[in-house]
Amino acid sequence: MVDLLYFAWVREMIGVESERLAQPAAVTTVAALLDWLATRSPGHAAALADRTRIRVAVDQRFATPDTPLAGAREIAIFPPVTGG
Amino acid sequence: MISASLQAGPFDAAAEQAALLAGRTDLGAAVQFTGLVRADAGLIALTLEHYPAMTLAQMQAIADQAAARWPGVAGRIIHRHGRLRPGETIVLVTTASAHRGDAFAAAEFLMDWLKTAAPFWKREEWADGTTRWVEARSSDDAAAERW
Repeated sequence: MVDLLYFAWVREMIGVESERLAQPAAVTTVAALLDWLATRSPGHAAALADRTRIRVAVDQRFATPDTPLAGAREIAIFPPVTGG
Repeated sequence: MISASLQAGPFDAAAEQAALLAGRTDLGAAVQFTGLVRADAGLIALTLEHYPAMTLAQMQAIADQAAARWPGVAGRIIHRHGRLRPGETIVLVTTASAHRGDAFAAAEFLMDWLKTAAPFWKREEWADGTTRWVEARSSDDAAAERW
């Protein structure tokens, strides 16, 4: 099981701020997770359609598409940051 | 050492700088940057969303990188979250060092990385009732990458 957290317009488009899911065994990387999540609902698909606008943190560390998910407990998905 | 804080309420920039300098006679340069909500035509407020489990830790990691790169720099960064109106402060970077070069450089480094590597997202509220998420700017990424 993994806790998924969504922020900003990713959260608004998916419609929830978090969900706890068991990803299929074949989903072993960030890229594969995004592909799988996009199949879960039209909101997920819309939010994740343009991967150039998606950033991911695995257990509170910035990740890349090939970051492995083994042992991950919390995965956050969000747009590029705009603080400061 | 450079410390980081995350808070909803306002900060007192002058008091933060005074605290940084208190009791120090080895510092010859103090630099301060304050980011404010700018009243672009029709803007009512900005709301800064953040990632509670990650944002402060990431701010402190950025501060630690600056402290390692400029060991003689004392500093402090403060970032606010929540709903802010035009004229309100968003972010404070205050640095001090023996000579001005390091204080200026560390302040710019801190600000460039806060904009590109700290998990905050700005949502604008407009007078016509619409809201809009601010888009990240490639010029901000370029500013951070030059370090």
